[in-house]
Amino acid sequence: MLPAGGFAPPGICTLKEGMGLENISKVAPPEETAAAAERVPAVRMEGITKTFGPVTANDNVSLDIYNGEILSLLGENGSGKTTLMNMLSGIYYPDAGTISVNGKPVSIRSPKDAFDLHIGMIHQHFKLVNVLTAAENIILGLNEKFRLDLKGVRRSVAEICERYGFEIDPDKKVYDMSVSEKQTLEIVKVLYRGADILILDEPTAVLTPQETQRLFGVMRNMKADGKSIVIITHKLHEVMAISDRVAVLRKGAFVGSIATKDTDPQQLTDMMVGHAVTLNIDRPEPVNIRKCLEVENLSVVDIEGVTKLDSVSFTAYGGEILGVAGVSGSGQKELLEVIAGLQPARPGSSVIYTDMEGRTSSLLGKTPMEIKKLGVHLAFVPEDRLGMGLVGDLDIADNMLIRTYTDGSSMFVDMKKPRRLAEEIVHDFEVVTPGITTPVRKLSGGNVQKVLVGREISGKPSLLMSAYAVRGLDINTSYTIYRLMNEQKQRGAAVIYVGEDLDVLLELCDRILVLCAGKVSGIVDGRNTTKEQVGLMMTHLGLPEEAAE
Amino acid sequence: MIHISKRVDFTLFKGKAAGLNRYVGWGVRLIAVLLSLVVSGLIIFAITRLNPLKVYGVMANGVFGTPRRTWAWLRDLALLLCISVGLAPAFKMRFWNIGAEGQVLVGGLATAACMIFLGGSSIPSVPLLILMAFAAMAAGAAWGVVPAVFKARWNTNETLFTLMMNYIAIQLTLFFIPKWEHPKGSNTVGLINAVTNRGWITPIVSADAISKMDQNAWTTQLIRNTVGQSYFINVLIVAAITVGMYFYLCRSKHGYEIAVVGQSENTARYAAMNVKKVIIRSMTLSGAICGLGGFLAVAGADHTISTATAGGRGFVAIIVAWLARFNTFVMVLISAMLVFLEKGAIAIASEFSLSNDVSNIITGIILLFILGSEFFINYEIKFSKRSGKGA
Repeated sequence: MLPAGGFAPPGICTLKEGMGLENISKVAPPEETAAAAERVPAVRMEGITKTFGPVTANDNVSLDIYNGEILSLLGENGSGKTTLMNMLSGIYYPDAGTISVNGKPVSIRSPKDAFDLHIGMIHQHFKLVNVLTAAENIILGLNEKFRLDLKGVRRSVAEICERYGFEIDPDKKVYDMSVSEKQTLEIVKVLYRGADILILDEPTAVLTPQETQRLFGVMRNMKADGKSIVIITHKLHEVMAISDRVAVLRKGAFVGSIATKDTDPQQLTDMMVGHAVTLNIDRPEPVNIRKCLEVENLSVVDIEGVTKLDSVSFTAYGGEILGVAGVSGSGQKELLEVIAGLQPARPGSSVIYTDMEGRTSSLLGKTPMEIKKLGVHLAFVPEDRLGMGLVGDLDIADNMLIRTYTDGSSMFVDMKKPRRLAEEIVHDFEVVTPGITTPVRKLSGGNVQKVLVGREISGKPSLLMSAYAVRGLDINTSYTIYRLMNEQKQRGAAVIYVGEDLDVLLELCDRILVLCAGKVSGIVDGRNTTKEQVGLMMTHLGLPEEAAE
Repeated sequence: MIHISKRVDFTLFKGKAAGLNRYVGWGVRLIAVLLSLVVSGLIIFAITRLNPLKVYGVMANGVFGTPRRTWAWLRDLALLLCISVGLAPAFKMRFWNIGAEGQVLVGGLATAACMIFLGGSSIPSVPLLILMAFAAMAAGAAWGVVPAVFKARWNTNETLFTLMMNYIAIQLTLFFIPKWEHPKGSNTVGLINAVTNRGWITPIVSADAISKMDQNAWTTQLIRNTVGQSYFINVLIVAAITVGMYFYLCRSKHGYEIAVVGQSENTARYAAMNVKKVIIRSMTLSGAICGLGGFLAVAGADHTISTATAGGRGFVAIIVAWLARFNTFVMVLISAMLVFLEKGAIAIASEFSLSNDVSNIITGIILLFILGSEFFINYEIKFSKRSGKGA
């Protein structure tokens, strides 16, 4: 018999109104309350509220950050993680609530105030000047002396690098740097300015697994040095690997904080989402495989003469999901755009499309219109959703027209069909919007993507290409997208899925094409390959065995 | 603390405003006009010691006092509206066409050339007028398409290009004026075909026909004041263009392409549009309608050509197009108001023998208030108390 009030049976973690939260503290981590109750937190945020117009980004959030700990700030997109940290780094000012640093109440009105309090934030989008060197970027804005003391800067930079295990060349120009180097520079810049409290906003989003490991090493060194580190992320395995404590936000409100060793990904997900979620991605066995797209010897050179793709060959089959992995900028964008007719290829390349009846046609050298007229049902979810896939200033219904506005012989567009399609998509995919006449620019990232993916699959594609389809989306929406990809695969479409999260690629895709600097590093089976192997192939050409030599 | 947040969103293709009740919007604009009248009234009184109400009365009388004055207002309104409507496709495509002035001028030049060289021919009046209109549109289109081709092919800056095309048009006019001057030595073209009225837009029902009707019947009065007016055709042509352009921009496939290209060329290419073709086609249309404005100015109003034929309307039209957010029906209201202010200012200046500057002050104040009201319509301003001990 169930107890009155609907208590969950022991062992099952439901998070209704604080039930099953015995080991989650609302105020301070468990060990703090027990062992060092008097220990003063490096930063204490109390009752922080911040609203933007009608949107409450943070609602009465209280959070402590201690010296010598790595705190993960976990939450779905739009849960207010970055807003909260931006108030600590002086970008926003809270509407209500107090912030104390080392026990003293402070008012942080600008990034400079934050620096004076030794708080430094590394933003998701780097704030570096491309034409300056690393050393010049580091002293930029530190207008202390009349004369530039670059020598002194180099010395201190070298010192910081040695202490924490960074590698950085102070004379290298930023435009010559890789993403990982730029990030290192941002961290060094913040440390040079004397930060003791470092906030990293989704630092691993742009890194390979190997680079992530290196970053984690550095973070551990900094922690050993007594610094407080806050890492904003929504990748659970990273939370488990690096942090001492996890604080979870949901829809702007503080859910709780918990010591990492006392929790597991499932519980964290449930806290993040607010209800139980299964974390497994389906991978139905491919059936009725047929050849759909044959790419051979594909090379692409951009306007500046840089080779973006070099002799790429692969075949995509209807009824399977072909993943594409690679460090960002390895030619993924060009690959998809060439197939869609948006970029020219070098002579000698060939892209052959085979339709359901087995007829073949070459897609190269054709405009998107010509490809459409060939009867190729090509769906393309580009990386740049509002800059390519949709028009931000058009409403949802008008955005449906992008693929179909030429239909019919009338000079005027058919207004009814797109409206019906928009209503269907809003209904079927639970798009949160005031109505179909809302400009898509006003929708949140996840809803924008639902509109885009919904439109693309509404054309019943035989070839579906998607680039970073779940980037920036919350867990629920991401799983919706995975489900839709699988549906298209089972419908018999060839799905090309360009992704960045290797865990997802390995769980979702049947085969994975690994790109390394525009070349094919190899095509592996998603069922029996490890993340490390793919990670190595992304950075070293060839299969892992050869790269290891 | 003061928060300013945007509240109105325009969806680009159909040009609908979301987020604000449209009646509230028009209410705010009405209040702005009334406020501007109060403020300029105070200033009029402070400077001239005249009764502001009397001044406004003179203004209204100067514009609507007689059917003739009203028709002059309608004529100028039609011309300004024609150019504004012509600019709409370009601006909606985010093609900064500031060359309307030149496009109007070459349109007028082509019209004048037809009147001068074909005036003595045996072509009947109506085909001649149609020929003139097409010549004007072709000239305007040529002036519009050159910057468009350069933009599409080599991505040149259309702002500078269209601006410089204006000067070419002015120089071209200056070149032809002495060739066509009449009477000799005046260095003006004078009224073209002043005797034969060849190539003039004439009333649909001639004055002769009206004089034969029953002078006491109200229908005769009606006919005299509508189809009996030579500017009636101007108004008719512009009304047709205004309605047509609305549906072209907000309902047609071409209009959709214009909206998408204006927002993002990448999206346009993704949507299988031919971006170059859309740019060139839209600018041809834009230039052609501006050229037609030149035809209306020369054949329908001035019957002469000078460098002042466009009279700065090519630039005023930019304000009209933007204030209306490319909605051609809203453009009607805005050009009506601007032309009213212009004509009313002239009326007060002559009635009270004030300098033009005083009337310009009034015009300026009214415009300032109306433009200012757009800010309050587009943005929401909230005053909130700053709380928290940290403050």
